[in-house]
Amino acid sequence: MTKIKTQYNRRSFLKVSAAAGGGMLIGFSWLTGCITDKETKEMVAIPKEWYEINGYIKIGDTGMVTIYSPNPEIGQNVRTSMPMIVAEELDVDWENVVVEQAPLNTGFYQNQFAGGSLSIKLSWNALRMAGATGRRMLLEAASKEWGLSVSDLSVSKGVIKEINGERSITYGEIASKAVGIEIPEEVELKEIKDFNLIGTSIKNVDGKKIVTGKPLFGLDYNREGMQLAMIQHPPAFGMKLKDFNEDEIKKMPGVKDAFIIDTTISEPAWSDEKGFLQLIAIVGESTWKLIKAKKAIKANWEVVSELENSEMHLNKMENALVSGAIKDSRKDGNPEEAFKNAAKIVERTYSSPFLPHNTMEPMNFFAHVTADSAELVGPTQTPEALEGSVAKLLNLPIENVTVNMTRMGGGFGRRLYVHFGVEAAAISKKIGAPVKLIYTREDDMSQGTYRPAYQSTYKAGLDENNNLIAFSVRGTGLPESSVFPNRFPAGTVDNYLAEEISAKTNVTTGAWRAPRSHFTAGAEQAFLDEVAELAGKDPIDFRLELFDKAIKNPVGEKYDYEAERYAGVLKLVKEKSNWGQTQPGVYRGVAAYFCHSSYVAEVIDLVMENGQPKVKKVWCAVDCGIVVNRDAAKNMVQGGVIDGIGHAMYSELTFNNGAVNEMNFDRYQLMRHSQAPESIEVFFVENEIAPTGLGEPGLPPAVGALANALYQATGQRLTKQPFANHIKAQKILG
Amino acid sequence: MPIYNLKINGEIHSIEADSDTPLLWVLRDQINLLGTKYGCGIGQCGACTVHVNGNALRSCSLLISQLQGMDIVTIEGLSKEGDHPVQQAWLQHDVPQCGYCQSGQIMSAAALLKNNPNPSDSDIDAAMNGNICRCGTYVRIKEAIKTASKL
Repeated sequence: MTKIKTQYNRRSFLKVSAAAGGGMLIGFSWLTGCITDKETKEMVAIPKEWYEINGYIKIGDTGMVTIYSPNPEIGQNVRTSMPMIVAEELDVDWENVVVEQAPLNTGFYQNQFAGGSLSIKLSWNALRMAGATGRRMLLEAASKEWGLSVSDLSVSKGVIKEINGERSITYGEIASKAVGIEIPEEVELKEIKDFNLIGTSIKNVDGKKIVTGKPLFGLDYNREGMQLAMIQHPPAFGMKLKDFNEDEIKKMPGVKDAFIIDTTISEPAWSDEKGFLQLIAIVGESTWKLIKAKKAIKANWEVVSELENSEMHLNKMENALVSGAIKDSRKDGNPEEAFKNAAKIVERTYSSPFLPHNTMEPMNFFAHVTADSAELVGPTQTPEALEGSVAKLLNLPIENVTVNMTRMGGGFGRRLYVHFGVEAAAISKKIGAPVKLIYTREDDMSQGTYRPAYQSTYKAGLDENNNLIAFSVRGTGLPESSVFPNRFPAGTVDNYLAEEISAKTNVTTGAWRAPRSHFTAGAEQAFLDEVAELAGKDPIDFRLELFDKAIKNPVGEKYDYEAERYAGVLKLVKEKSNWGQTQPGVYRGVAAYFCHSSYVAEVIDLVMENGQPKVKKVWCAVDCGIVVNRDAAKNMVQGGVIDGIGHAMYSELTFNNGAVNEMNFDRYQLMRHSQAPESIEVFFVENEIAPTGLGEPGLPPAVGALANALYQATGQRLTKQPFANHIKAQKILG
Repeated sequence: MPIYNLKINGEIHSIEADSDTPLLWVLRDQINLLGTKYGCGIGQCGACTVHVNGNALRSCSLLISQLQGMDIVTIEGLSKEGDHPVQQAWLQHDVPQCGYCQSGQIMSAAALLKNNPNPSDSDIDAAMNGNICRCGTYVRIKEAIKTASKL
């Protein structure tokens, strides 16, 4: 029996009251440490003393259950899967569940975060507890009504029944009475095997709104009297704005104002990363007129630091690998000696370029700044960080700054950074009116916060019996390396060395879906494929041997993965893909990776069509603990696979004199329909482990599996991304 | 500024705008039809796809002055109840992730099926290649188009 406390240090995580309009309102702390703003409390008639409460379940006297979901929705489907967890423990029919978000302009939830594939992981216990408490209190109310004990009752789909009798009552009928029941200090959670909603497939609660084009996104946001604004940033990293033809721009049709904003704030946080601090802002009422005015800007820029180019970036990384200072490292055994004694040695250097996030919805934000307050609305993964930055910029007390979230047209890490919200606030303050800042695609793609460029050198040594006796990785990147010293194969090789080296650039970078893991998985898993080949071993069996060593006889003090679960996904993908069976003209690659607490192994089947590689089919085996919403989870993994294959194969951002060469989708390539796999099958390891992240882990192994399938198809070990640029022309036979 | 009469979703709208204003911004800024999305502004991503006389076209690259007398349909006008076969199939396959590109994907798919009720995989690729989905819902989009073709 699993029990969970509803109190900690005498502070209750839960509050219960009568719901406005009849029924029961349960408030709970969705993530501990979160608060709601006062307007929210007024709106749903939440008692004033309900501090630190940000999740609500309303059980109306009609039996309808409304779950107010606060988490940022960037497409990971948490607005469906999180309420499923509450409904499971509450034991209500999903048909009677409504998921709601309050109107944005009244403010509802704050201080949420979507990043690091953490949404479900962090909320699992709180959501279960809230649902289970509601269920328990409703049962107690019924038992009191009937003069029975709770153990005499059963409940299913929101109907309480007497086990040895005829009486039954619905949640709706008893909800108002449950309000008077004392909140239990501890509640019993369901056994995992008794779940009947979690693990099924529930459709996206916003699906209908999306397919009918309802205005859900930040760019769709509107407010009476709202102005539109656009910015112009310097054309190159290393340049700073001096001045511009302000008078001319102001006179252009449709332009209400044009000026320079400075968004420098004191003690910037990581989330304040941005390309440029001083920007030209133009304000008007028509997007098109602003776009035209933007093209007429003539500015003077000054060079304040070196104007870099892509060739220089590669040189910087090559130099760093040779002579850079080592930031972090791990050493087991004596790698130097072991390499000397090795019968066979293989060494490879892998690299990948800077990449923009390119969310389909470009950056934008609404801001309304008055003398003593700031209200912001828009797509952000980090509303709390934005509040802090705006408070600093405007010198306002943080409680006078409100940030509300819209649905996000993609995140991938881009919307962890808050500069576009800060810029909107600066513009609103200057014009004294509400404003929506809109980035063009070109602004978005050339502004920075890119995925860093990476380069890593891997080396492996085998003894005469083809055992892996030495392994080293030395990695750098602009500005950070992608090496995780304690991840696989740490723990499996007697003589092991992992070193991280930083390198400098003035190009700004940030987290990009599965930060660092996407590159490392591609490089390491491609390298291990080559090592397995050198050892004359099947690539899956070779990895399984290493995991066996990590389980039975681990090397070093620790390693950051569970070897059984890692091996588990490889075994599952081996079985499901019928690994070992060959089909003429179909080339296979495999890879596995662990990140964000989840394990994923993938097999890619690739064919050559007209001399071009095309991924036909992908098999994925996933261990993310308990799967909450099965089909939605598959969707996330499929998206990750396409993201991984698409970027590794085609995408590249290059620089010339500090300026990016690819400003829009005419030159920057994202994967398109005809390049996508025909089918992506996803299989889950069934276990009872609390659910872990799924937004990111599907991506990294796709890069390695792709490289390995390309090797089978072309005989070329592709080490430089994007692969499509480096595949040498094939002789077409026959 | 000149005035243009545009037929959008069966209604005539009188719009005052510069002759070079793209339909996309007329829809979004002046008629409050926000389902048509801005993604690139140069006809490369398909987020702004609408129907003009039954053809799927990129509204960011169509000028208002070219559109008088044309029959323009946006995602809001695709069906009254949101139950066009393509919309139904999209829900059945739970296609969207972030959802931003999906209006454009649906408009391209609906135009494809009108002209070619039983498209092959390569017909689908050819018709849909101008619509980028950054979340990677391509596999589901293809399945949904096949389902819609049977509805």
